[in-house]
Amino acid sequence: MTSQAKLIEGRTGQWEIVLGLEVHAQVNSRAKLFSGAAVGFGAGPNEQVSLVDAAMPGMLPVLNKHCVEQAVRTGLGLKAQINLKSRFDRKNYFYPDLPSGYQISQFEFPIVGEGQVEVERDDGSTFTVRIERLHLEQDAGKSIHDMDPHSTYVDLNRSGTALMEIVSKPDMRTPEEASNYVKKLRSILIYLGSCDGDMEKGNLRADVNVSVCRPGAYEKFRASGDFKELGTRCEIKNVNSYRYIREAIDYEARRQVGILEDGGKIDQETRLFDPTLGETRSMRSKEEAHDYRYFPDPDLLPLELDAAWVESLKADLPELPDEKKARLIKQYGLTSYDAGVLVAEAARADLFDVLAAKHDPKLTANTITQSLMTFANATGADVTANGVAHIDAGALSEYLGLIEDGTISSKIAKEVFERMTAGEGAPKAIVEKHGLVQVNDTGALEAIIDKLIADNPGQAASVKEKPQAIGWFVGQVMKETGGKANPGVINGMLKSKLGL
Amino acid sequence: MSALTDLTLKAALDGLAAKDFSSVELTKAHLAAMEGARALNAFVLETPDEALAMAAASDARRGSGDAGALDGAPLGIKDLFCTEGVRTTAASKILGNFVPPYESTVTANLWEAGAVMLGKLNLDEFAMGSSNESSAFGPVINPWRANGSDRKLTPGGSSGGSAAAVAAGLCLAATATDTGGSIRQPAAFTGTVGIKPTYGRCSRWGVVAFASSLDQAGPIARTVEDAALMLTSMCGHDAKDSTSLDVAVPDFASFAGKSVKGLRIGVPKEYRVDGMPAEIETLWSQGIAWLKSAGCEVVEISLPHTKYALPAYYIVAPAEASSNLARYDGMRFGLREAGSNLTETYENTRASGFGEEVKRRILIGTYVLSAGYYDAYYLKALKVRRRISNDFDDAWTRCDAILTPTAPSAAFGLGENASDPVAMYLNDVFTVTVNLAGLPGLSLPAGLSSEGLPLGLQLIGKPLDEGTLFSLASVMEKAADLKARPKPWW
Repeated sequence: MTSQAKLIEGRTGQWEIVLGLEVHAQVNSRAKLFSGAAVGFGAGPNEQVSLVDAAMPGMLPVLNKHCVEQAVRTGLGLKAQINLKSRFDRKNYFYPDLPSGYQISQFEFPIVGEGQVEVERDDGSTFTVRIERLHLEQDAGKSIHDMDPHSTYVDLNRSGTALMEIVSKPDMRTPEEASNYVKKLRSILIYLGSCDGDMEKGNLRADVNVSVCRPGAYEKFRASGDFKELGTRCEIKNVNSYRYIREAIDYEARRQVGILEDGGKIDQETRLFDPTLGETRSMRSKEEAHDYRYFPDPDLLPLELDAAWVESLKADLPELPDEKKARLIKQYGLTSYDAGVLVAEAARADLFDVLAAKHDPKLTANTITQSLMTFANATGADVTANGVAHIDAGALSEYLGLIEDGTISSKIAKEVFERMTAGEGAPKAIVEKHGLVQVNDTGALEAIIDKLIADNPGQAASVKEKPQAIGWFVGQVMKETGGKANPGVINGMLKSKLGL
Repeated sequence: MSALTDLTLKAALDGLAAKDFSSVELTKAHLAAMEGARALNAFVLETPDEALAMAAASDARRGSGDAGALDGAPLGIKDLFCTEGVRTTAASKILGNFVPPYESTVTANLWEAGAVMLGKLNLDEFAMGSSNESSAFGPVINPWRANGSDRKLTPGGSSGGSAAAVAAGLCLAATATDTGGSIRQPAAFTGTVGIKPTYGRCSRWGVVAFASSLDQAGPIARTVEDAALMLTSMCGHDAKDSTSLDVAVPDFASFAGKSVKGLRIGVPKEYRVDGMPAEIETLWSQGIAWLKSAGCEVVEISLPHTKYALPAYYIVAPAEASSNLARYDGMRFGLREAGSNLTETYENTRASGFGEEVKRRILIGTYVLSAGYYDAYYLKALKVRRRISNDFDDAWTRCDAILTPTAPSAAFGLGENASDPVAMYLNDVFTVTVNLAGLPGLSLPAGLSSEGLPLGLQLIGKPLDEGTLFSLASVMEKAADLKARPKPWW
């Protein structure tokens, strides 16, 4: 399905948004792209800096093969063309957090070419985002301007860290489509293990290109490929949350419409999003843009990949979200929605696979997508293949077993789960400790039911005409038993006693 | 000059092995010669304490019988090689008193072979120049003088300090680097032997970069055999340099003295340039005659794109340099001239830290890489480079090595070309093609000019075929039988 543009109502008519993203994903690697230095979060300032990272005289870059492998795997995950020959170029500019005075990137010949990603909208419909390219490059260090009123401090720990820049075509038309694209991309990266997807730490961040046009123009662009059909774009740098992506686009699109409707014209520029004000502001105009003087890095040979090696990586790729979703639907009969929720996080789907091997798939899916995810969200813990926080897969399996064999009712199950989250221990122990076993004792239930029917002759009579009114009796029995009665057993007994 | 400083590297190693003298004695003799030759300005840093300690350690190794290939041989190191704990300047103010916490691979290889470091040798700033006049430490003076003249001559550049020190007997041999002729032209100007090996033979790790795709280290020595001994120890694969070649290193000295019978020698017609002195033409013919009489077959070849080589070189080299030298920004090491804001600090630091020639090349390099000029200059130059490489590939179907003059003149006077950068660049006319094609090139002294100054001939080889160059050069060295050495005036 193609994109559905968001319309902005202006004074002079309607406008549409066109969005393209450049996502920077830090490669999951223990070492940097061109030096042996370690990569890690939380080290003291300038503690993870090699002589190469500090650009000492005579130091030379040596490509980290692990990073190349991750870029190729990511390209394969994006169903993209893998370029067996690519090249590293230097992007030249001066800044204190760029010690060599150039960033090693891939300008003309990226390692990965065109690909595509299927993205779900919030309503469950899907659309395709075409990938333009993926290339490897170094990250810069960090300039810290607010530690001292007169000085800027530089931390080079991040300097030289490997990034994959994933460039999309302008295929997104609403803020939601853009943020869902990043969500999907993040999910694929985490499945592949090529990036940890940690947006808070800046390990995944997006540059968002926003332009607006009149209805019809985008379709002309798609037919001709001519960017002149589209409006002038502004690039919002380094947005690192789904919410900020949506807010930044919303603000920026309205800003551009405002200018155009006042007869102005959009300046192509780089902008920054200020989350506290909810605004974008100009960082540098096209005139101030650097002339990066790209040229092939003479310290590095062209990167040539062996086709057989690429094939072997392809064969070893893990099951990715789209394939996993299709399998869950086919293998377990899950709904598209449940399967979608489960595969959104690799670990969530892994946990499902572990539990569904032994338990009812629908019950398992509900338990994960409802009880477990609510708990995970509330505590901020991650869902992993081993469970969430102290609730491990073993405890979950025991819990599902108790429901399946009728030991606890769904109502009691809720209480058991709450006690599990509170750290009261294993589900069986909780059930025993609090006497939460479902009442299956027909003698005890029979007495309660007989008394109910005797006390409420009117209700008992009306059930014969309105069989669904049996629910009232079921509810009363549950109330009497403190929710411990087995609803199936109650139903059967009531039906026979009431002559249904 | 004492007897010990007159020895060839080979003879000195033999003497050390025979215990005729110790490394400490040999080293002291050279330290004394250095002290007496300060007028040459060949060294920018003398390291006598380190030298004597290394010599003593070498003597101890000799005593216990585990000496390396160059054990105890005192050498000079071009100050472009980073030396751990020893100031390294690239002859630029911008590096200030930079002391590297690491050792270049090439020098580490030499120390591994047991060699002794006498000190750091002067050069053109960042190896950019052909006369050693761009050094922040002032020019090196050629130990040679024209007959009956006391005019100060250049030893050539950029490895002027290396060439002068070797010629004057201040060290047995020296390391040098060659980006467009910086080993071969100074060797020719000082009557020494210099070889730039195939690109990738010597690791560039720890060598201050000028133009990465052209830079290559090599030795300057007094004989062909000595140069071969040095090169054998200097090169080898280095995983820290992505352009380093993973190939076996032959014993290059074993090629000296080998028969060259039947080898085909190419003589490129395009190297007969206008205005070349007749005595260089004569020298070239003499070289051809020597090789013919040694049994070589001489063939005329064509390298049709030669005339574009110099302009292409002076685009590619500055382009890479403009980027390589961006790291000298006053932020982490070396000189810093503070300004009122970041841009001013950059400007002040680089304005006062770099000399005129370096600035000129940074400007040229920045220009040719700029948007709108890249295709016309840089990309075009890369295409020329490819054509030049193809010219050589074609030539190798007809010959095994190529013989040319090394430089279009003998050593010129200091200051003579200083005001005309283009005239200065013309010194590289015969040497830059070799760098552009990544080939090995060797310069050896083949005769003296009418003024009594050394003149060099250049041998160009196939990729990784340094061995053949050493064989040919040793035949020519024997035929030339040059006995003249610079007469000490210093």
